[in-house]
Amino acid sequence: MTDYSYTILIPLVPLAVFLFIGLTGHKMKPIVSGLIGTAGLAFGAILAYITAISYFWGGHEGAGYASIKAFEIPWLHVTKNLTISLGSLIDPISVMMLVVITTVSLMVHIYSLGYMKGEKGFHRFFAFLSLFSFSMLGLVLATNIFQMYIFWELVGVSSFLLIGFYYEKPSAVAASKKAFIVTRFADLGFLIGILMLSFNTQTFDFQTLVSQTGPAISQPGGAAFMGLSVLTWSLIFIFMGGAGKSAMFPLHIWLPDAMEGPTPVSALIHAATMVVAGVYLVARLFPVYALGAPDALTVVAWVGGISSLFAAVIACTQTDIKRVLAYSTMSQIGYMMLALGVSGYGGHDGLGFMAANFHLFTHAMFKALLFLGAGAVIHAVHNNDMSGMGGLRKYLPWTHATFLIACITIAGIPPLSGFFSKDEILVAAFHHNPVLFYIEYAVAGLTAFYMFRLYYSIFWGKETHYHHTPHEAPLVMIIPLLILAFGSIFAGFLPFEELVTSDGLPFELHTEWAIAIPSVLIALVGITVATIMYRKVTAIPDKIAGSVSHLYKWSYHKFYMDEVYLFVTKKIIFRFISRPIAWFDRHVVDGTMNGIAGVTQFASFNIRNLQSGKVQQYAYVFITGALVLVFIFVFLW
Amino acid sequence: MTGTIPLQFFLVISTLMFFIGVFGFLTRRNLITMLMSIELILNSVNINFVAFNKYLFPQHLSGHFFSLIIIAVAAAEAAVAIAIIINIYRNFKSIDVDKVDEMKY
Amino acid sequence: MNILSLFVLVPVLTIVAIVFTKNMKQTRLVSAIGMGIQLVLAAVLIFMYLSERNAGNTATMLFMYDAVWFPTLNIHYTIGVDGISVAMIGLTAIVVFAGVFASWMVEYLSREFFISLILLSSGVFGFFISLDLFTMFLFYEIAVIPMYLLIGIWGSGPKEYSAMKLTLMLMAGSALIMVGLLGIYFNSAPDGGPLNWNLMDISKITIPIEMQRFLFPFTFIGFGILGALFPFHTWSPDGHASAPTAVSMLHAGVLMKLGGYGAFRVAIFLMPEAAHEQAWIFIILTAISVVYGAFGAIWQKDLKYINAYSSVSHCGLVLFAVLMMNETALNGAIIQMISHGLMTALFFALIGMIYGRTHTRMVNEMGGLMKIIPFLGVAWVIGGLASLGLPGLSGFVAEMTVFIGAFQHTDVFHRVVTILAASSIVVTAVYILRVVGMLLFGPIKNEHFLHLEDAKWYERFSTITLIVSIAAIGLAPLWLSDMIGFSLGPIVQKLTGLPFASLF
Repeated sequence: MTDYSYTILIPLVPLAVFLFIGLTGHKMKPIVSGLIGTAGLAFGAILAYITAISYFWGGHEGAGYASIKAFEIPWLHVTKNLTISLGSLIDPISVMMLVVITTVSLMVHIYSLGYMKGEKGFHRFFAFLSLFSFSMLGLVLATNIFQMYIFWELVGVSSFLLIGFYYEKPSAVAASKKAFIVTRFADLGFLIGILMLSFNTQTFDFQTLVSQTGPAISQPGGAAFMGLSVLTWSLIFIFMGGAGKSAMFPLHIWLPDAMEGPTPVSALIHAATMVVAGVYLVARLFPVYALGAPDALTVVAWVGGISSLFAAVIACTQTDIKRVLAYSTMSQIGYMMLALGVSGYGGHDGLGFMAANFHLFTHAMFKALLFLGAGAVIHAVHNNDMSGMGGLRKYLPWTHATFLIACITIAGIPPLSGFFSKDEILVAAFHHNPVLFYIEYAVAGLTAFYMFRLYYSIFWGKETHYHHTPHEAPLVMIIPLLILAFGSIFAGFLPFEELVTSDGLPFELHTEWAIAIPSVLIALVGITVATIMYRKVTAIPDKIAGSVSHLYKWSYHKFYMDEVYLFVTKKIIFRFISRPIAWFDRHVVDGTMNGIAGVTQFASFNIRNLQSGKVQQYAYVFITGALVLVFIFVFLW
Repeated sequence: MTGTIPLQFFLVISTLMFFIGVFGFLTRRNLITMLMSIELILNSVNINFVAFNKYLFPQHLSGHFFSLIIIAVAAAEAAVAIAIIINIYRNFKSIDVDKVDEMKY
Repeated sequence: MNILSLFVLVPVLTIVAIVFTKNMKQTRLVSAIGMGIQLVLAAVLIFMYLSERNAGNTATMLFMYDAVWFPTLNIHYTIGVDGISVAMIGLTAIVVFAGVFASWMVEYLSREFFISLILLSSGVFGFFISLDLFTMFLFYEIAVIPMYLLIGIWGSGPKEYSAMKLTLMLMAGSALIMVGLLGIYFNSAPDGGPLNWNLMDISKITIPIEMQRFLFPFTFIGFGILGALFPFHTWSPDGHASAPTAVSMLHAGVLMKLGGYGAFRVAIFLMPEAAHEQAWIFIILTAISVVYGAFGAIWQKDLKYINAYSSVSHCGLVLFAVLMMNETALNGAIIQMISHGLMTALFFALIGMIYGRTHTRMVNEMGGLMKIIPFLGVAWVIGGLASLGLPGLSGFVAEMTVFIGAFQHTDVFHRVVTILAASSIVVTAVYILRVVGMLLFGPIKNEHFLHLEDAKWYERFSTITLIVSIAAIGLAPLWLSDMIGFSLGPIVQKLTGLPFASLF
């Protein structure tokens, strides 16, 4: 077996870079810190590619791909049986994620050299990017669920720091806070899930957990609460953490706001890598879900399906280009969750599992491309709102071409990569749950529609007059676009059914044309509608919006989810819990304490007259007392 | 001589003196008078000592000794008290005991 | 000379030396040197302790020394340490050291200030090393009394009120503890033989259960008052708000730990049967502390109040874990004490530094400070992240150990309170981020703040000492947790196998 212990360097190098830039960055020229960060990531990417090549194509013993614990050190002994370790676990999904993360992260690093040029806090930006890369790589390499939780939190914090990068802007501060708190709330579920799972199985280790003879799968336990077993509950709680990080309904509200961060950050964290951590988490524990708690998997499927539809509807009406992309991300992740949810374990049953990972891979490419392209547009016109754009194809030819490729890819037109991965998901859904399958058909059409609405509004549509002529982005920003466009086009030809499967064994894949052809047709319909409505300036969009004004309004206001949350947090928690507690503490609890002191003081104030300072009064009391005593002793004793 | 005057006579005298002293001590506001009242009280005790000694334990002298000690202490006390009274007079321009109530609360 | 006695002796000698200093510069230099020696001693002690253990010494207490100082009542000066006390001594040394640098600019009566401060620290050190209950109590009082002077003289705001309140409440706690300790003393030899105060000897016998039922609440509440047990925590917000920087640091960082340590070492260790019977009451109280402190902190505007309520929440977690009475939770309790000690000291130091510049502690009057004083801003963010339990910093290790430990109880009652207590991590995130957002981020609200200077060298020194300690525990918790875990063995042995009474 090949020794993969060097994989531990992949996250450690960015960590070193983070510390180095963080501590000394303000003393060096900005560009130097950027180059150091990029070099660190490039090193990681090379190692990741070496790992992938030697793992997937370097020959392996026995059938299928084994999961290899390449490196592990104990970090903390918690109980006699439970030890939290840090290490690296190499198996198909972690290797795939390594490639995705390092690739996208490297592209974003390179891109940011151009995009962030001249920004204040350039070195801080790269330090945070390195911190994020470290955390995310540590997350995917986790050998045990607690290591995953550790890095899960670190990822959350780096996301917080990067969203709040423009910390002087109140909206960015609010958005970063929101993102952190919402995901933190979800993480509470994750933590409770871990506690339950680890208590019942007495292990954190992934290999033990997913082993078919392991404690989790072989003894799932009987019904414990509301007819579901403890294992099911713990997995549902764990999924809550994943849903928070992956912005699944109803924990999605932080993702659109997170677009306040710099665009490369949105590309890296809020499109390609961090938000798929939830998918990765479910995939990581997939055998436990599939074999031990199918009910939990049903929850995953429905949450994914609802999220994807919900987000696609909202995306059709948003005008901020980054928000459209954010909702699109949420929708696509919903696809992945759904695919996991409808999957079975082993062989062709595991099609959904493979499709989810496949889509994760292709999505990372084309969504990063879309965001970086959007970044180039924003860079050119200094504006996020697509109502202020139009006709940009003349000014930004490269951006236009790559953006178009990405749009076609996400719409699922063959032979670009999005088609293949989405098709597998549809097939998996079809065999499992027809309702979800038709929802996904609808979402496919909506996706094509809103993406091309976005595309036409930016690059076609009305000829907008700009303050200064938009200029194409510098080469350092174009190169990542081209590389990612290349990835978007060709990633679909990777034989995922041989590489990343639920049980590590390859299986035969058949293209089911009966499902593929209608899906392509639906996408084409969506594109056509968008072309009619948005290619030229027409009155059609307003008319349609007017005819379904209620739906339009609800969608435009994101179904008022933010307002609901604001109501709960601001009104209920702040007003009705926190303020009363603060009052209660000052007036009741402290009041009691002060009251005790007050009673003492009152009493002593009143008995002080005994100490009048008048000698004769003392003598009088004394003599009276003496006489009373005499009386008692003489007559009553 | 023993048996001529019963013990009760002495006791009545001393009780009267004692309560006159107490009464004086409680009612007079003049410090000097209060001091005199205290002397009365002390002397009443002296009478008791001597009388009881004589009637109960004529062969002992303990009562006499106590009386002598009390007289000595009373003398010393009177000296100290008068010194204090003079000081009070210097500070308060008065020897009215009601005005001397600094030592309260 | 026993190394442990040095921990009491060095502060005393430092105080003597301070008496002979002439001005503020000399005073603070002497204090810094004295406490520097103390810090080195603590490091040496940790090293010596670990090497003894590695050499295979399995005695419960190491570096023991015993001398009688009041034979009539059999009171000894018995000292000795195990892994728990060593850890606490390390914490104290760091916080006191940082505290001296944080009060570098105390000009008013600086000699008296440093004398009180160091006297307080010598009491704390004495408390952690002594094994004789009476001596322990003596040192406890030495640690509490200077607090009154420190707040009453060098404090701010309604300082007399706060000092009085704090001292009275802690004295009430002392009174309860005294009753408890006397009760333990008179029951220290139920089978006849001489009564004694020795902690280790008493732990070998079983105090009659009727007495335990009576004495346990006294002892636990007595120590709990110092550990900010709900509803006896109200001295904490007022006291901290009025106290000068270094005093807040020492008080929240170290002195409150005496409560947790005492509750664990004396109340639970010596009276485990009653502890198991009555734990549920106190578990409810501490769970309330945890959540209540966190919610209380959300609404506050004064930085010191926020931090005081946060301390209530975190210290509540210490007592909560102590009451769970299994090895993991106890380990978590100790780490939480250390972690909270360091990070709250960091917070109070930073509050002092920010207040010294802006002359306000109201968060709504500040804003955008990150831009003006980046060093302090970054330190604040790190402290905040430690407080809300970010992995890689000490808070995470502590909280997770506590929660895993608490989750080892299978009954519904313990599960519910554990989940309730765990939910505080979300609330903590809310108030920490609220403060970070209002204080450091956003636009600059006050033009006068534009000319603020960033941290001076001594401030950086103090801050960095604390941050490094927080990160060291957070990144490599294994040695600390093992050191504590080894010493917990005998204690847990006494605690296990007893049935828990519970609410439902």
